[in-house]
Amino acid sequence: MLDRASQETKSQSVEATRPVAFRGAGFTPRGSRYSGWIALALVIAVWQLAGSAGWVNPLFLPAPSAIAVAIYKLAVSGALWQHLSWSIMRIGTGWIIGTAAGVIVGFSIGLSTMARGVGITFISALFPIPKIALLPLLILWLGIGEEPKVATIALGVFFSTAISVYSGVDAVPRNLIRMAQSFNVPFHAIVRRVIWPGALPSILAGFRITASVALLLVVSAEMIGAQYGIGAFVLQAGNLMQTDQLLAGVVILSLFGLAVGRLINLLETRLLHWR
Amino acid sequence: MDLIADHISHRFGALDVLDDVSFQVSAGEIVAIVGPSGCGKSTLLSILGGLLRPSQGAAELRGAPPAGSLNPLTFVFQDFALLPWNTVEENVAFPLLHTALSAGERRAVIDDALRRTGLSDFRAAYPKQLSGGMRQRVGIARALAVRPAILLMDEPLSALDSQTRELLMEDFVGLLADGTMGAVYVTHNLEEAVRLADRVVVLSRRPGRIREIVTIPMTRAERGTADARAPMAALQGELWSLIRKEAIDAEREVQHA
Repeated sequence: MLDRASQETKSQSVEATRPVAFRGAGFTPRGSRYSGWIALALVIAVWQLAGSAGWVNPLFLPAPSAIAVAIYKLAVSGALWQHLSWSIMRIGTGWIIGTAAGVIVGFSIGLSTMARGVGITFISALFPIPKIALLPLLILWLGIGEEPKVATIALGVFFSTAISVYSGVDAVPRNLIRMAQSFNVPFHAIVRRVIWPGALPSILAGFRITASVALLLVVSAEMIGAQYGIGAFVLQAGNLMQTDQLLAGVVILSLFGLAVGRLINLLETRLLHWR
Repeated sequence: MDLIADHISHRFGALDVLDDVSFQVSAGEIVAIVGPSGCGKSTLLSILGGLLRPSQGAAELRGAPPAGSLNPLTFVFQDFALLPWNTVEENVAFPLLHTALSAGERRAVIDDALRRTGLSDFRAAYPKQLSGGMRQRVGIARALAVRPAILLMDEPLSALDSQTRELLMEDFVGLLADGTMGAVYVTHNLEEAVRLADRVVVLSRRPGRIREIVTIPMTRAERGTADARAPMAALQGELWSLIRKEAIDAEREVQHA
């Protein structure tokens, strides 16, 4: 027969009890919804105060209000949209071409022994080259139009995408592939239903990186050889010492980067909801 | 349909893993494979299921699969191998998507597999929302959906806690009770082997050779009774005496590796 009780109370004793010390605090950082924005607002406020009080020369560091006015004037004059649309066209075209090629090559490397042998050697050799260094060569090959700028962006995006795709394919648990094979699931269906979703977290992480690479390269390429585009605008403003306009361009780039990041967050939320 | 291991040997590089293993699993029969750690049990199962090509010998089938079987040799994996991006229902449907079943037939098969494994209320859940035991039930439901002739079970309960293991063991006994399905059941748990199997193949330490094939002298129904406890414990003791020394040697080998 079992000796049973529903609850046991503290036994009486002359010796005093003491609570067990809690040692489990920390190492669990949590994101706060507002703290980042509050910190940003504080920095802008101090910056504005420094500008308004004349503590810094507005030529070297224009106040946030001056930058906001510059952005407003750019928007009203239509120059903002003109520059932005050229940059977006170049980024969009280059990113799509680079991503499409990177996904195809990345999957080939991830799935084929022959492609892996050849592909990884080439990617390892060419990935570290700063792609902007190839722009003069691309101009020689493709002319002075949009093609070399788009090609520079596509090249930069291609290598990072290919690496993130084949890393993602490699990271798909082999037991899932074996499981699918054990049910005689055809190769194309294993790629579509097991490898693609399994590699998607790595691919989307790659998109985040390639979006930044594309932004970096479009600005660099536009600074080297373009009449329109945010990079060209920032360079012109710098040459004319219009630092409020220069920083307006920088703010627009930052906002553009934030918007792209937000878009990728949305994609991740939608496509990786199972994590 | 019978599954035959015909003089199977296997090596990974310079490492001999299996040496001349031969036995047969007849239709409706459950054969457990036990042995010390690293003796090649899971490798043998992969070879039997066509996931690994043996260095020598062959895995062979004799006779036609049962009518309506979509995948005669079907695995149940130790780590469940569920697609985390698919719901329970989608995981069970996964092996059916590329078969000739119509949408209606597929739905009926999925519903039946979910009902038999007690998962009907969890069809929209994702694997991460389920306990280990429930995840393995999904693995079993997926296996049942293709109406296998022989289940190839690779330590299906070893990742689970003892209570869940006990519950799932009861489920296995129930599912395999009608004798329509055979099974190869790889385990290091001798109690599971004695409870489920008709015969137990005892492998030696690496390279795994057959030391003995022990027939369990009771029907599966008899093993559920109180009277069976003592003889089953004796059988477990007998099996343990066959592998004890080699299990200790294998353990020492791992420690020195």
